[in-house]
Amino acid sequence: MKRFIGFITKEFYHILRDRRSLFILFGMPIVQVMLFGFAITNEINNVDIAILDHSKDVNTKEIINKIAASKYFSIKGFISHEDEIESTFKKGKIKAVLNFEKDFSKNLVTQKKATVQILTDATDPNTANTISNYVGSILQKYQQELNRGLNIPYQIAPKTRMVFNPELKSVYMFVPGVMTIILMLVSAMMTSISITKEKELGTMEILLVSPLNPFQVIVGKVVPYILLSIINATVIILLSIFVFKMPVQGSLFLLGMESTLFIVNALSLGILISTISSTQQAAMMISLMGLMLPVILLSGFIFPISSMPLPLQMISNIIPAKWFIMILKGIMLKGVGLAYVWKETLILIGMTIFFIGLSVKKYKIRLE
Amino acid sequence: MKKENVIQVENLTKMFGDFTAVKNISFEVGRGEVFGFLGANGAGKTTAMKMLIGISKPTHGKATVAGYDVLTHAEKVKRNIGYMSQRFSLYNDLTIKENIVFFGGIYGLSSSTIKEKSQTLINELGLHDKANSLVGSLPLGWKQKVAFSVALLHNPKIIFLDEPTGGVDPITRRQFWEMIYREASKGVTIFVTTHYMDEAEYCDRVSIMVAGKIEALDTPKNLKGQFQVDSMNKVFLKLARNIE
Repeated sequence: MKRFIGFITKEFYHILRDRRSLFILFGMPIVQVMLFGFAITNEINNVDIAILDHSKDVNTKEIINKIAASKYFSIKGFISHEDEIESTFKKGKIKAVLNFEKDFSKNLVTQKKATVQILTDATDPNTANTISNYVGSILQKYQQELNRGLNIPYQIAPKTRMVFNPELKSVYMFVPGVMTIILMLVSAMMTSISITKEKELGTMEILLVSPLNPFQVIVGKVVPYILLSIINATVIILLSIFVFKMPVQGSLFLLGMESTLFIVNALSLGILISTISSTQQAAMMISLMGLMLPVILLSGFIFPISSMPLPLQMISNIIPAKWFIMILKGIMLKGVGLAYVWKETLILIGMTIFFIGLSVKKYKIRLE
Repeated sequence: MKKENVIQVENLTKMFGDFTAVKNISFEVGRGEVFGFLGANGAGKTTAMKMLIGISKPTHGKATVAGYDVLTHAEKVKRNIGYMSQRFSLYNDLTIKENIVFFGGIYGLSSSTIKEKSQTLINELGLHDKANSLVGSLPLGWKQKVAFSVALLHNPKIIFLDEPTGGVDPITRRQFWEMIYREASKGVTIFVTTHYMDEAEYCDRVSIMVAGKIEALDTPKNLKGQFQVDSMNKVFLKLARNIE
């Protein structure tokens, strides 16, 4: 046990004295969460829009007031003719124009249906999409207010519907993904680098000549990263709760256990990588290309798996991150318990055992 | 004069697939002996040494080190030997003291022993003002001296040195060999590989490996007599040419 503590102490000296790894370990998670949370969001704030109101009646006025009152939009002008729409967009400031049809109130009363056209500047398709969703939800709310106590409801087109994230907060979607990436990065990449570093410098040989057996050497190298990864997971969860006000609906304990499972999974991948690479550079490249890219592209973090071509959907099944993101979203956003994520959990456990077994086998061969 | 043998090697062979890196080598090394293990790059000396220190398994043959079989009792062998590699064997980002504590620790020395040993070590090497500086900031010659002392921390019976003086200046090499002699006189057996033929002259006995076989094994004096030359360098060249 004393040997073991000595080993871990030494590992911490390595980490704390290497600015680069220290940054990857602690700077990266915070920078990434902040980046995804604040900068790369689908969220919109104070978007400039213009109004083209052909009917100028009670209902359109009320809708305009509601839109002006929301923090997402600020009304930067009224135009009076369709011809002006294009030139308005071309100036670049206005991102959307609301075009109310003629006789809006009248249509609403007589035909029970009125139309408002939402024109968005689609040079930035993501923002455009988000804007129309936001406007849609404001319209829908207004419609509900109007319809209260009415037998035959009024209908204002268009319609949108949002589940689990009624405010469309993109940060809710990003936190599980970012957490997965960071845990993967810290656990797999850092361990594989730190093990290959010993190989590269020749100190691994010295450790193997010592009475420590190879298993102890590996465990000694891995334990510090388990601790650091758990700290990282905690920091990310705290940041998302306190900075982004993201509610964690499910059990924190379950969240912790699942995260630890994923950390061990990533560590075993890291060990596997270190058995097949002999230099730190190689370990880093394999980690980046072999782990980070699939995690970002195929885990469902950014691109929905359901809209991928079938071969990619199949490949995504062998990526541990996919299952972990599903677990995270389940626990954090939907508040489900183990009963709903046991399948994903079992898959992760199975993968972890497979990776550990494989690296033990590889490691033995190397020692021959 | 019958000496106790601490290394005994019989028909040791290592094959990698079809390639035989070490072919049927046999020799023994006595207690307190300085044994030079020479050979060109790729002659198989590192492979042979790795089998003796228990990190590579022999394909055939038998070797006992410090009284234990390397195949069946590798752990016991490891407790009784020290090892210092041509590549640097300490951690550059740890201080001298931290390195001592770490290596003392993995050999299971008690904290008080480690403290005492590190004090002696620092005194002997005259490193008082450097004890808390990172090993990476020391000149190479000093690093090698510290590495040698660290390899001796757990009082091994045999110490294996794999090209310990590579890239070190002549004066430091001289001092390094003085350290080696001091340990040998205490009864520690030294097993050293080297490229420098002048260093071969310092050894009690020398073996020369060519293409996986030991082609010559004797005292430097006898070898020079046998090949009728005046330096180990010439012995080495003559031997290599004869084989080709």
